Amino acid sequence: MANIFRRALSRSRDRIAGALAGLVPGRRVDAATLQDLEAALIGADIGAETAIDLIDSVREARAEDVRAALAAEMVRVLEAVSGDVAEAETGPKVVLVVGVNGSGKTTSIAKLTRLHLDRGEKVLIAAADTFRAAAVEQLRLWADRLGVELIAQASGADPAAVAFDACQAAVARGSDVVFIDTAGRLHTQGNLMSELEKIRRVTRKVVPDGPHEVLLVLDGTTGQNGLRQAEEFLQSAGVTGLVLTKLDGTAKGGVALTIARRIGLPIRFVGTGERDSDLAEFNATEYVDGLLGTEATQ
Amino acid sequence: MFEQLTGRLQSTLRKLRGSAKIDEKSFAEAARELRLALLEADVHFGVVKDFLAAVKAKALDEKVARSLTPGQQVIKIVNEELVSVLGGERQELRFSGAAPHVVLIVGLQGAGKTTTVGKLGAWLRREGRSPLLVSVDVHRPAAREQLLRFGETAELAVCESASDDAVQRATEAVTEARRRGDDVVLIDTAGRLHVDEAMMNEVQAVAAAVQPECILYVCDSMVGQDAVQAASAFAEALPVDGHILTKLDGDARGGAALSIAAVTRLPIYFAGVGEKIDDLEVFHPDRIASRILGMGDVLSLIEKVQGQVDLEVTEGLEKRARQGELTLEDFKSQLQQIRKMGSMSKLLELLPGASSAPGLAQMAPDDAVLKRIEAIIDSMTRVERHKPRIINGSRRKRIAAGSGTSVQEVNRLLKRFAQSRKLMKKLNKKGRRNTPWANLPSF
Repeated sequence: MANIFRRALSRSRDRIAGALAGLVPGRRVDAATLQDLEAALIGADIGAETAIDLIDSVREARAEDVRAALAAEMVRVLEAVSGDVAEAETGPKVVLVVGVNGSGKTTSIAKLTRLHLDRGEKVLIAAADTFRAAAVEQLRLWADRLGVELIAQASGADPAAVAFDACQAAVARGSDVVFIDTAGRLHTQGNLMSELEKIRRVTRKVVPDGPHEVLLVLDGTTGQNGLRQAEEFLQSAGVTGLVLTKLDGTAKGGVALTIARRIGLPIRFVGTGERDSDLAEFNATEYVDGLLGTEATQ
Repeated sequence: MFEQLTGRLQSTLRKLRGSAKIDEKSFAEAARELRLALLEADVHFGVVKDFLAAVKAKALDEKVARSLTPGQQVIKIVNEELVSVLGGERQELRFSGAAPHVVLIVGLQGAGKTTTVGKLGAWLRREGRSPLLVSVDVHRPAAREQLLRFGETAELAVCESASDDAVQRATEAVTEARRRGDDVVLIDTAGRLHVDEAMMNEVQAVAAAVQPECILYVCDSMVGQDAVQAASAFAEALPVDGHILTKLDGDARGGAALSIAAVTRLPIYFAGVGEKIDDLEVFHPDRIASRILGMGDVLSLIEKVQGQVDLEVTEGLEKRARQGELTLEDFKSQLQQIRKMGSMSKLLELLPGASSAPGLAQMAPDDAVLKRIEAIIDSMTRVERHKPRIINGSRRKRIAAGSGTSVQEVNRLLKRFAQSRKLMKKLNKKGRRNTPWANLPSF
C-alpha cells in the first residue's frame, strides 16, 4: 500500500501530467502551457476560480519549478486545515456520519468500522437512517460481516431516538467508538437538515462532549456543488471533516481542495473501492502527488 | 435548480443586451464570463470550449452584426445553442416492437438508480402501462430488499428471484412479465464504475441476455467534470439510448446535463426532482435552457399548476377573495394546494425573474413551515377560522399548545393572514384578475 492515492488517482492524473510534460526547463512558462494546466486542474473539479488562483501563483515560476510549486501550494492548502480530531475524554467516541443521497455513507461506515476494529477497538453502529428503504438491512449485513453490534429500530422511527439508544448502549457495553449512520439528505432540505441538529443534541444527553467527529461523506465525482454541501452541512451538523469517496474511478475529488481553501474543512479519509478495507487516512502530499503525477522525490 | 448558473449568465447577458454592436472584443468579454459561469456550473471544460466556439461563429456572423439588436441576437444564439446541445426538442420515451419492453437502468454507484426505477415504474403506470421491476444488483448489500420495499410502498410489482446471478435474475423477470402479461420490465442494475472491467462485462452480459429495447444511463446532477468520462464509457460499452438526471431538487447547477448531452449526443428523458415516488419529470431541454437565460420556465409552471390545482376549490377561493371574505379555512386549503404542487422553492424557481431576485428562494417557506401553519389552523375552532379577530390571548395560548407551536408563531400567522387579506382587497380593487398563485399569502 505504498501510495494508495497514486494508484487510485492513476487513471485521472494523466491530463495534468500531460500538461506538465509540456514544460521546457530553463524557459519561462508559456501562456499555452499555463492554459493547459488550468484546464487540467478544472478537469480535476478543482473549480475555475481556485484553478485560476493556483495558476496565478506559479505564473512567474521557471518551467522546471512549476510542478513542484503547484504541488507545494496545493499541499499547503490541504495541510493548513488538517487539525487534530477531538478524542473522547471518557466513554465512547461518538462519530456522526452525514451526506447527500448516494454519497457512500453506509459503505464508508463499514470501512471506518473495519479500521477501528483493526486497531483493536470495540465498535458499535447506529442505524439512524430510518428513511431509505432497506437502509437498516444494508447496514445490518455489514455489521454481521464485521461482527459488530448494530442498534436499530423499525423503519420510520425517529433517527434521534436510534442515536440516543446507540449512545446509551455504547456506554453500557464500554464501546470505544459509536458510528451513527444517517439518512442521505440534500443540503437544501431545511427540515431534514435540522433533524441533524436534533441528533447532535440528543446524543449529548448521553455523551456530553460528543459528537467528537462529524464526517461529511462527499462523493468524489461531485463538482462545485460540493462546496455548497460542505457549507450547509457545516452549519447544520457541525461537520469536522470529509470522507472523500469513489476515488477509484476517473474522478479526482478536486472540489475537496476548494472546500479546504474556502471553508477550512480537512479531508480525513479517502474511499477507493467497495471492500471494507478500501479506505485510507488522508495524506495531503500523497494525494497531490497522485493527482499531479509529481514524483515524490522531487 | 440552475439558479447559481443563471445568476452569472444573466448579469453577463444583460450587459451584452445593451450593446449595439458585437465585435470580437465585446464578444470576447462576454465569452470570458460565459466560460467561467459554465465551468463553475460543472460543465465539462471541453464542452464549454466547443459551446463557446459554436456561439462565437454564429454571433459574429454578418447578419447578426448588422441587425438592429445584435446584443439580443447573441442571447438568442446562446439560448438556441444550449437547447440544441441539451438535445433540442423534448424527447419522449416511446416503445416499439413486441411487449414486454425491456428497459435496462445503468449508472455509477449512488447515482440514484434504484429510486429512479421506482419512480419510472410509477410514471409508466400513470401512462397506463403495467411495469414489472427487478433488481439484478447482487453486489450491494440489501439492494434487492430496497427495490422490494419500494415496490411495496408504491404498489408496483417487483419480480423476486431466488437466483444470485444477475443475468439469470434478468431473464427470469422477462419470463415472469410474459407470464403475468406485464408490458414493461424495468431492470435495476448494480452501481458500477465505468473503469471496472469485470462489472462492465457483467452488465454487458445482462444486456446480451435480455436484449433491452432501451438502456438508460442515470446521472447524478451534482457530478462534476467526470460526468463526461463516465457517461461516454457507459455509452461505449452499451448501446445506451438516453439519460435520466437525478437529484435536481438540490441546488446543483447541473452542468452535467450539458456535458453528457454534448458528448453522448443522446437525449435526457427524465429528471428526478425529489424523494417522493412521483418526483420524476419529463426533461424539457428548451425550458431548462430558457430558464438558464432567466426567461423563466413558465410552461412547466403552468403545466404544474393546471395538473394539481383543484379548479373548483380555486374558483370558490377567488370569489371569496374578491369579496374580502377569505377565511383561515381558505388559507389552509390554499396551503394544501401548494403542498400538492411541491415545495414553494421549487415553484419559485419556475417563475420568470425569480432567480434574479436574490434571496427569494430563502424567503420561500419550506414544507416543514407550511406543515406547522397547517397545524396551527387545525388547532382552531371552526368559529375562530371564520372570524380570526375573536382569537384573543388565551385562545392563542390554547392554539399554540394544541398545535405544538408557540404563541409567537400563532401571532405571526394571524398577522400575515390579516395582511394578505388586506392586500387581496387592494389588488381586487385594481381589477387585477386572480391567478391561482397571485393571491398566495406572502411570508
